[in-house]
Amino acid sequence: MNVIVCVKQIPDPAQVGELDPSTNTLKREGKLILDESDSYGVEMALQLVAAAGGGEVSLISMAPNGETSGLRTALAMGAAKAVLVSDPELAGSDALTTAKVLAAAAKRLGEFDLILAGTESSDGYTGTVPEQIAEVLGLPSVTFAKSVAVEDGTLKVNRQTEAGYDEITCTLPAVVSVTAGVVEPRYPSFKGIMAAKSKPVEQVTAADLGISPVGWAAAGQQIIEVADAPAREAGEIIEDDGEGYAKIVAFLEQLKVI
Amino acid sequence: MAISNVWVFAQGANGEPTSATLELLTKAREISSTVTAFVVGEAESIAAKLGEYGATKVYATGDLGGKLPGVVGAAAMKAVIDGGDTPDIILFPQNYEGRDVLARLSVKLDKPVLTNNTELAVQDDVVVVTTPVFGGTKLVRTTFTGSGPYLVSFRPKSFAAEPSGGGAPEVVAVPVPDLGAAGAAQVQAVHVEETSGPKLDEADVVVSGGRGLGEASKYEMIETLAKLLKGAPGASRAIVDAGWVPYSYQVGQTGKVVKPNVYIAAGISGATQHMVGMKGSKHIIAINKDKEAPIFGIADLGIVGDVHKVLPKLIEALQNR
Repeated sequence: MNVIVCVKQIPDPAQVGELDPSTNTLKREGKLILDESDSYGVEMALQLVAAAGGGEVSLISMAPNGETSGLRTALAMGAAKAVLVSDPELAGSDALTTAKVLAAAAKRLGEFDLILAGTESSDGYTGTVPEQIAEVLGLPSVTFAKSVAVEDGTLKVNRQTEAGYDEITCTLPAVVSVTAGVVEPRYPSFKGIMAAKSKPVEQVTAADLGISPVGWAAAGQQIIEVADAPAREAGEIIEDDGEGYAKIVAFLEQLKVI
Repeated sequence: MAISNVWVFAQGANGEPTSATLELLTKAREISSTVTAFVVGEAESIAAKLGEYGATKVYATGDLGGKLPGVVGAAAMKAVIDGGDTPDIILFPQNYEGRDVLARLSVKLDKPVLTNNTELAVQDDVVVVTTPVFGGTKLVRTTFTGSGPYLVSFRPKSFAAEPSGGGAPEVVAVPVPDLGAAGAAQVQAVHVEETSGPKLDEADVVVSGGRGLGEASKYEMIETLAKLLKGAPGASRAIVDAGWVPYSYQVGQTGKVVKPNVYIAAGISGATQHMVGMKGSKHIIAINKDKEAPIFGIADLGIVGDVHKVLPKLIEALQNR
């Protein structure tokens, strides 16, 4: 069973994000780490390959400046190899372009049974790329998977819905996006971290994949303004002296909630 | 280029249009003379109400026969567009089905998408959408540079829903084209999770719990308090990841965005990704034992204290009323 996982390397969310004032886009300098949403995809892939008794997990990623530290984390978890698309031309790419690039990277890896991804990235959170990849490749897809299994070559997914969840079956190959908590991601072992250093990461450009135009030229959108949002003022903060609950009751009464 | 033809991806639940649908129809009316609702599914039960909120035409695919809305909706919309009705803008809700249809349609039309928006305006014939970034501290305004149809999605409760008093719309059946391999996914069973009380993203009151509760069993206090206030229980990502509550309870950037009248955050420190999901609440009450917790920066009423002391007393006081 061969599974491809889309992974994104993002600025550490614990750091305050910054916009590059000349382009009004997110600054992506400095160390990029594996998006936590993608650790679920990587873990799910590793478990599916193990359950199938063979195969491998490959990673595809689009990142600036040849960044690989997030990829090494996923390789340390157990993925076998990666294709990294890195190219200054890609700067400013929108979700649709990203999907075209990743779809081409997937095809470059050859035959696969499944493509996994998170539901949305933790920095851009557009939330459409996995489904767009499926459409580009002409594949079926199931998004918001709460559980994923492959039984006798059939994909079985529980898909989150507004009302609860649906049980879905699907043929392979397919694209699945997984929710946080679908599985518990493993911590890379020391052995895994050492092994990751020598696992192959093939670096390609957009031109290598035959995708053009990319970047700003292809994005079809333009940021015209970035403004401060109206700040929310802090209200009354009090120390609980045993009677704090009464303040809450009074506040709720005032608002006519009770 | 004046905006004259706007579509709204419309959904029904329990025989009624969803509140997001009514919000988007109301907004669509503001910017366009013609508003069309596009229902991926059956539309008979909701057509009249869609008309009351401004739709003059309703396209409907009819029952999906177990296929997933994303692939059916995009194919059906593309078929209508190829047939000669090209909208200027299509408004989608930022939810499971809206995102999937929007995504597949963008590939079919080779058009970009702009998602997570909270405002839409047309200035001098230019479509401008607004999206909050960096935990909601900055607002980014973006336009499309090419031609339409412009594909945009909006967070729930971005707009108010108001009826226009319109009459019954024309309902047009849209045959679903051949989906090919992309249509292979099939729904085998539908599970409705028992939730008494309002839905999290529609409730007037939301009571959320976080790591400060200490352990899974303590979440019961959150459920009890939510029920007493006729609200919905919510959760921070930390306790969803820890498995205390299902993902459907998650409030935040990667969960649900809520804008209730009252949001009570108990044992939640206020990580940016959580605050993104609730800082639009009208009134915020926070209980946390750390006075430096970021949540206190946006709370209208903050109690610096132990949730294990404050919540039981609060619950008892409310039960005794």
